[in-house]
Amino acid sequence: MPTYVPTTAREREEMLRTIGVASVDDLFRDIPSHLHKPDLDVPAGLSELETLRHLRQLSELNLDLDHHASFLGAGAYRHFTPSIIGHLIGRGEFLTSYTPYQPEVSQGTLQSIYEWQSLVCELTGMDVSNAAVYDAATGVGEAARMACALTRRKRVLVADTVNPLYREVLATYTTGPGIEITTVSGWRRDGDRLERSEDLAAEIDESVACLIIQQPNFLGWVENVDGLAARLRAAGAILVVVADPASLGLLRPPGAYGAGIVVGEGKWTGGPLDFGGPLVGLFACKGEYVRQMPGRIVGATVDGDGRRGFVLTLATREQHIRREKATSNICTSEALIALSTSIYLCEMGPTGLREVAEQCVQKSHYLADQLGGLDGYRVLSAAPYVKEFVLRGPRAASETNRALLERGIIGGFDLGRYSPALADCLLLCCTEMTMRQEMDQLVAALQEMGR
Amino acid sequence: MTAAGGSGQSPEARAMSHKSNAASNASLTGRRQPEPLIFEKSVSGRRAGSLPALDVPAKPLSELLPESELRGELRLPEVSELDVVRHFTRLSKRNYSVDSEFYPLGSCTMKYNPRVDENVAGLPGFRQLHPLQPEESAQGALRVLYELERLLAEITGLPGVSAQPVAGAHGELTGILMARAAHIKQGRVRKKVLIPDSAHGTNPATAAMAGYDAVTMGHNRQTGELDLEDFKAKLDEDCAAIMMTVPNTLGLFERQIVEICRLAHDAGCYVYCDGANMNAMVGQVRPGDFGVDLLHINLHKTFAVPHGGGGPGGGAICVVKDLEPFLPAPVVTRRADGSYGFDTDRPDTIGRVHGFYGNFNAALRSYAYILLHGKEGLPEIGANAVLNANYLLAKLRGHFTPYVDRACMHEFVLDGRSLREHGVRTLDLAKRLIDYGYHPPTIYFPLIVPEAIMIEPTETESRETMDAFADAMIAIAQEAREQPDLLHHAPHVTPVGRLDEVRAARQPDLRWRGGIEHDAAESKAEAKHEASIQGRY
Repeated sequence: MPTYVPTTAREREEMLRTIGVASVDDLFRDIPSHLHKPDLDVPAGLSELETLRHLRQLSELNLDLDHHASFLGAGAYRHFTPSIIGHLIGRGEFLTSYTPYQPEVSQGTLQSIYEWQSLVCELTGMDVSNAAVYDAATGVGEAARMACALTRRKRVLVADTVNPLYREVLATYTTGPGIEITTVSGWRRDGDRLERSEDLAAEIDESVACLIIQQPNFLGWVENVDGLAARLRAAGAILVVVADPASLGLLRPPGAYGAGIVVGEGKWTGGPLDFGGPLVGLFACKGEYVRQMPGRIVGATVDGDGRRGFVLTLATREQHIRREKATSNICTSEALIALSTSIYLCEMGPTGLREVAEQCVQKSHYLADQLGGLDGYRVLSAAPYVKEFVLRGPRAASETNRALLERGIIGGFDLGRYSPALADCLLLCCTEMTMRQEMDQLVAALQEMGR
Repeated sequence: MTAAGGSGQSPEARAMSHKSNAASNASLTGRRQPEPLIFEKSVSGRRAGSLPALDVPAKPLSELLPESELRGELRLPEVSELDVVRHFTRLSKRNYSVDSEFYPLGSCTMKYNPRVDENVAGLPGFRQLHPLQPEESAQGALRVLYELERLLAEITGLPGVSAQPVAGAHGELTGILMARAAHIKQGRVRKKVLIPDSAHGTNPATAAMAGYDAVTMGHNRQTGELDLEDFKAKLDEDCAAIMMTVPNTLGLFERQIVEICRLAHDAGCYVYCDGANMNAMVGQVRPGDFGVDLLHINLHKTFAVPHGGGGPGGGAICVVKDLEPFLPAPVVTRRADGSYGFDTDRPDTIGRVHGFYGNFNAALRSYAYILLHGKEGLPEIGANAVLNANYLLAKLRGHFTPYVDRACMHEFVLDGRSLREHGVRTLDLAKRLIDYGYHPPTIYFPLIVPEAIMIEPTETESRETMDAFADAMIAIAQEAREQPDLLHHAPHVTPVGRLDEVRAARQPDLRWRGGIEHDAAESKAEAKHEASIQGRY
């Protein structure tokens, strides 16, 4: 067992003398003695080597995506993580610092958050961004609460083409304050025709705080947002958009079509899959909404000699000042993951990010062409898509996935888990990481499985 | 250690010549030109990252996506890879961190986190694992989550655990929503959550987010503990939960906790424990044993997830058996055949609180950390955290006034008012500590303590470090008497001096604009409020 406690037995005795007690146990005398020092049923400590060995063995029980072709997306996307990211975010000065409460000794973290806010604004076309929320899912929950606070209304519309897991978190986040959630249908299936609803605005009226949509949506396609923001504005309601940073290399930013609040998952542009966490939520909005925004915000200012510096600001929204009147309870968030996303966006630049998005488009369409030509399969995607499409197969998607796994391939997302009406459909994803050879492997496997 | 240099030097020279950690950190010594924003280094056409050539036949983009869906300009920085490396390396040098400085930030448990955890978290078999993969292809990851949850159950004495919440406040929300669901299940509608006045701001904010009225309870000025009479007066059939922090934010164990739990339970009220201060209790006492129903653990404080400048952390929620059905879904289980999987059939669950399963990568670190310590090592965490805090308190007593003078747990709080007669505030002392090479303690919290100075050394600091820190504190107290301006103008050694927070709030500059006109949609009234809270926390 290693120890990270530097105190020697002799030092301990001397320290106890300084304190004026006989033993360490004396320091715990406020604890009822019958509860003190429980006999824990925990294994004996391991050395560093044994710990590493044990964890490596566990890690090898997993079929990871470096060694297995995979077409899973559905909210977690494998993009390339440039090498510099791990080195930079691994620097102890970033890794082992706390939330920047003392600005003079936290300028590195503070400036990096200001840059993150700037990058998020540029990407989404919004006026202001916060220092990030936990993930896109909780961002959706926070956005709904924020829209209700801004409009003083308690009804939220959400398209069923928003990631179902995000909608689950939305339900959890809105249950306390009694916000009513109405789900708006964004698609319909008619045999082998899958169509997008052309009227996500159908339910909008003056009781509605916001409509939440996802772009591209959970089924991968680009939603028709024409006129949506205007209809919401006319009803005094807000358009909330869940955006995908990688797709924004190519797609027009939500600010351009009238979004009031934009959230998004920032983890995949700058970090690996990590079995789904930690993530980081982008959270941006129109300038006039900033006072209702959850989370920390960094602002630029000057010191006594006029030097530019950065501080946490507009803190009167936050829990440590406002307590029960705060806009959210969020405190510790996902700063280091936001930093990795910032570094990614700087490393890729506008051209690189566009290339990432273009490769997603080209590869997913290539794969769709190959699979759509197979006997018994058909691509059902109803609208333009970036990296994911819906493939109807000759059998339950769950069976297809099982058969693929036997061949060492992690298939697609079984859309039967999303809607029983799509139980014969897979949601397949390609990114710049997906190699043609892997796509050919999938095509061959499905061909071999036959009808 | 001799405190602050020789006589006859200017205050700045004294600060500079002082033999301190800061003096060896070139980037923090002396004022420098600010590091430009990465946007300000952009040169049109400059590039860094690269991708492989497209390995499928390309179609014209216009055939795949309508022009109307495409964006125009995207103003990301155009920089070289070395520009990126140098920029972020320079930024990193403008931070204090546990790796380079003593960081006695009370309530935050800034201890050394073993670096082996970083290697564990970086194992490729975990990093490239998709959260929606079939369970049979992620058995290693599922086993880590399952075993971590069992270990946390044993350490806290609370058998129902979910590692899904990703931060302390997130764990609080999860827990209070669980208490709410349990009340509703039993047909009880309750409106209030009781919270001590010494609590973290997240507690009342959480209660409000969960739809409750936060009701504040006072504390006993002599003992520093909850005012039991006030609690009894406010406890009624309308209370859904009481949120206690144990040890409390004064660093004191609530000696009445068993009684508080009993009274709450008699009123059908759940006891929520904010586990921010769990580091004092590891291996020493289990919250479940003294009657707590729900507790979150800040994995980034107690179980060695580095704080990363504000996350990622972990906020695992631990509950009594009766509350298990309400845990967030899905719940990791061990099946009869020995395999691991997700139980999604949870009719009473409060639902999901995270997009996937929480901060898995943080859970990995905590799991490794607990395995490293084991049965004998875990109690040493609590024992040494408490030993160190009491030692440092003993060194400072006589120079500073503890808010409550009795044996503390892992941290203690000083009343900084004694400096006031010299026109010096706690904020000034904190800033002066920076000159000596220390990250300041938490200040102005808990809110009940005037000019509060909250110090938490943690178990990984040596006696020499604490001795040197105590010497610096004592030297600064002397400076306050003799040269108060030295403190008023501190810090002297950082890249920037004290920053104008009022201006930041009054004229918000929240992003790079690159020549686009600033749209001042922000109010002025807020700035006044902002001014009144300057320096707090």
